[in-house]
Amino acid sequence: MALNKPYLDLPGTTIFDAEQSRKGYWLNQFCMSLMTADNRARFKADERGYLDEWAMSEEQKQAVLDRDLNRCIALGGNIYFLAKIGATDGKSFQQMAGSMTGMSEEEYRDMMLGGGRSAEGNRYLGEDGDAQPQHQPQGKSKGSN
Amino acid sequence: MARITASVYTSHVPAIGAALDLGKSQEPYWQPVFAGYDYGKQWIKEQKPDVIFLVYNDHATAFSLDFIPTFAIGTGAEYQPADEGWGPRPVPKVMGHPQLAAHIAQSVIQDDFDLTIVNKMDVDHGLTVPLSLMFGQPEAWPCAVIPFAVNVVQYPVPSGRRCFQLGQAIRRAVESFDGDLNVQIWGTGGMSHQLQGPRAGLINKEWDNAFLDRLIADPADLAQMPHIDYVREAGSEGIELVMWLIARGAMSDVAGGPAPELKQRFYHVPASNTAVGHLILENKQ
Repeated sequence: MALNKPYLDLPGTTIFDAEQSRKGYWLNQFCMSLMTADNRARFKADERGYLDEWAMSEEQKQAVLDRDLNRCIALGGNIYFLAKIGATDGKSFQQMAGSMTGMSEEEYRDMMLGGGRSAEGNRYLGEDGDAQPQHQPQGKSKGSN
Repeated sequence: MARITASVYTSHVPAIGAALDLGKSQEPYWQPVFAGYDYGKQWIKEQKPDVIFLVYNDHATAFSLDFIPTFAIGTGAEYQPADEGWGPRPVPKVMGHPQLAAHIAQSVIQDDFDLTIVNKMDVDHGLTVPLSLMFGQPEAWPCAVIPFAVNVVQYPVPSGRRCFQLGQAIRRAVESFDGDLNVQIWGTGGMSHQLQGPRAGLINKEWDNAFLDRLIADPADLAQMPHIDYVREAGSEGIELVMWLIARGAMSDVAGGPAPELKQRFYHVPASNTAVGHLILENKQ
């Protein structure tokens, strides 16, 4: 019998459940390794070489090299693990979160200062809010960053 | 006997810790956030708790995917602030209360909550940011802290109902401890926020404030709310709010006592990606 997953109709959101966790096991464990200064330095010196030490898929490695957090999440990454990559790059959580929307850093910060993203139209797939697939990427540059 | 005198609820946004550590708390962006805790800082000086039972979640810090405990109680003597990737926060180490923690662990497990017992772990911003908000920047934290980590990272997280029941068991455990201790229980995390995907940045002020209303006045009903409502209305990381129900479940009124007194209520948007909420509820003597 299938598991109860009532969260598959959320737009722009991936729930990190047991299935995602299984897919992303090595990706996330690689991220954990960046919690020591030595490993952060080794990773920065040779990203590709460091990633090759881990049993990650080629797609996962490429997504890390590209710093494509949406792709990392689709491949089983979890944001709290992926945040270790951002920390290694000297990025804040706001910069990381904003990078997944297509908005520029300034656009995303302004949205938050304006009270954040509204839930209106963003509760269910098929509505018309700004987080819906038909409105990606967001922001004026339309994701050219 | 030991008793729970009050509960404190607060968001634990990492950027708040960074703002404090980097001396930015008086900047226009941060000043309104910290101002919301001015009352609490004064209040807690007068309350002088001996122990804080601090409910928080680990953010892939002490617990990687090596093991993922749903409920973990810290029974150690001390805990170091973790290096979460930016280097450890420059805050004092956290002193535990092994006797009370071990007592609570035994009592709560005998009460059918299968806790994981942790003697050694580092504690991340989920635990240290609330301490900073309530105590500022002291040389040493002024009381003992029992870390209580809840899995809200890998779905499914415990239900609000289970958290609320667990709070009640923690209250029974504390009250059966032979020692005159003033214990506070803190519930942390939330409020609405989403840190991932195209829906990142979601904030739901109306929903958050309704949550605060219900947490104060009718927590048993609030505890029935399913996960999906948190996620849909308050963002994927808004699910952290189930932890507030553990602290609320430990208040006297849930066991038939008088309603608690609301000493502080604060709400502010934004702190980085997140809506900040803060409550103080005091048990009547």
